[in-house]
Amino acid sequence: MGFVDASSTLINPRARRRRLLRKRFLRRPLAIVGLVVALTFIVCAIFAPVIAPYSASATDFNALLAHSSRHHLLGTDELGRDVLSRILWGARASIEAGVFSTLLAMAVAVPIGIIAGYYRGWIDAVIARLTDVLLAFPFLVVAVGLAAILGPSLTNATIALGIGAAPALIRVARGEALALREEDYVRAAVANGASDVRILIRHVLPNMLSTLIVQATVAIPAAIIGEAVLSFLGLGVQPPTPSWGVMLADAQSYLSQAPRLAVYPGIAIFLCSLSFNLLGDGLRDILDPRTTR
Amino acid sequence: MSLLDVEGLSVRFDTDDGPVHAVDQLSFTLADGEVLGVVGESGCGKSVSFMSLLRLLPETASVSGTARFDGIDLLAASNARLRAIRGRRIAFVFQEPMTSLNPAFKVGNQIGEVLRRHLSLSRADARRRTIELLDLVRIPSPERRVDEYPHQLSGGMRQRVMIAMALACDPKILIADEPTTALDVTIQAGILDLMRDIRERLGTAIVLITHNLGVVADVADRVLVMYAGRKVEEAPVHDLFARPQHPYTVGLLGAVPRPGSGRLQEIPGRVPSLAELPKACAFAPRCPRADELSHSQVPELREIEPRHFVACFHPGPNAEVAA
Repeated sequence: MGFVDASSTLINPRARRRRLLRKRFLRRPLAIVGLVVALTFIVCAIFAPVIAPYSASATDFNALLAHSSRHHLLGTDELGRDVLSRILWGARASIEAGVFSTLLAMAVAVPIGIIAGYYRGWIDAVIARLTDVLLAFPFLVVAVGLAAILGPSLTNATIALGIGAAPALIRVARGEALALREEDYVRAAVANGASDVRILIRHVLPNMLSTLIVQATVAIPAAIIGEAVLSFLGLGVQPPTPSWGVMLADAQSYLSQAPRLAVYPGIAIFLCSLSFNLLGDGLRDILDPRTTR
Repeated sequence: MSLLDVEGLSVRFDTDDGPVHAVDQLSFTLADGEVLGVVGESGCGKSVSFMSLLRLLPETASVSGTARFDGIDLLAASNARLRAIRGRRIAFVFQEPMTSLNPAFKVGNQIGEVLRRHLSLSRADARRRTIELLDLVRIPSPERRVDEYPHQLSGGMRQRVMIAMALACDPKILIADEPTTALDVTIQAGILDLMRDIRERLGTAIVLITHNLGVVADVADRVLVMYAGRKVEEAPVHDLFARPQHPYTVGLLGAVPRPGSGRLQEIPGRVPSLAELPKACAFAPRCPRADELSHSQVPELREIEPRHFVACFHPGPNAEVAA
């Protein structure tokens, strides 16, 4: 049996590549930690209604600004709401904003970047210069400005973060397309009569996927922090819906009496974005064709 | 009536350092089922000439002349028209088998893509035909190879895949640009053997672009020698090797290793820059036969014996002829 298994993975290249990637991944403990923590946050976000001991807005007037106890593991806030429950529910806003804004940024940036990089010429000049202009503004400034224009809500914050992240991704996609258009297999595809659309979708896009995946894992933590900032400023999630940014904002007034109200959501933001960053670093290492170990 | 009739083909690149005349007034024909060898040093315009026919050059290239193929002028055809010809009627095989296949797809899918696009085959039919093609180019166990990725194949094997892809739609012309240069010698012989086989079995006309005269002697019917963007000699392969006329051809032949003939002869000097076309024989600065005339006029192409053309004021088979 063992022999059969070995030969079947030898023949199936995909299985072999997967195994190689898994081996490389397992050799990076930080990446594994990142993956585990990130997955934990995602699970918390999805199953918040099941896991959380209380509803996020349930108030307990017998325990206002309470310390940790058996009933409230992380204590309660000024309205007697359970902090742990609010953090678990708050993961939803963060993960949602992080993932969907990155997907939106990809959907906007990748086609634009590919077209600029593949066709060159005036269209590239226009897109590249506009991107440069947008990149001159810090990411958060753009996001805050857009969120202010669109109006405060989680959806609008996500859109603002996605658009704010797009210029950097356009640049990455354009750079990849610039390099890939010179590849011999792209030239060969042209010589074989492939249409432009087919070349872009079949030959250019798939070969830049690993770079895009890595970029996505870098963009997600930035968006998570961005969501917290927008919510903190009142431009994102609106109370009473829980969000780590909103919790931080609420905690300000009680900083001297109950600093833990700011510490817990702060730790959540820190851990969540750090875990995605570590995961991204690990993925970059294993997907980079230059590191072939 | 020839299959491909090229007349007055000129290619100019507009670069930052001014124009570069890569090809100057090139004319030639290609008959049905013929193997035409195109020989010359790097940068003499051999690849550029043929890539220009299918508009595969960067946009900085401006191409003029006519190229009649199957009743249309390729150089004046619309992009859509050309796309239908590329890979379907005229197919290219490039020099670099290692990088000419998309690493993200199985080789079978890449060949199948061409079949499905040009011949509208179904997925299953394309796969069946792909296996046939891999078998045709003598890839062992094609049923297995069809599902492999390019990185799992050796260089020679990848070049066979490239040839299979080029042959997929049974093209009238196969243009092979240095198909063996990147391969080691034993593999080269196999690929050349395959080329001969293809011509015999499928009747495909083949243009073999190379700087290797040995390759030409092996498979070509007719040879076209290019120098600095111009055609300097053209002859049936036996005539060219028996009685080379242009001193450049003589020099090239002197640079082919033969056992027992001692040190190889080199051609002194370098290929001229193509920034401006000299009003003289481009080879004159390197030529032992060059005289006043060579330096002041462009030699016309003359038919020195039947089907043997040379552009030289002092043609002859020996290096010493007019020295």
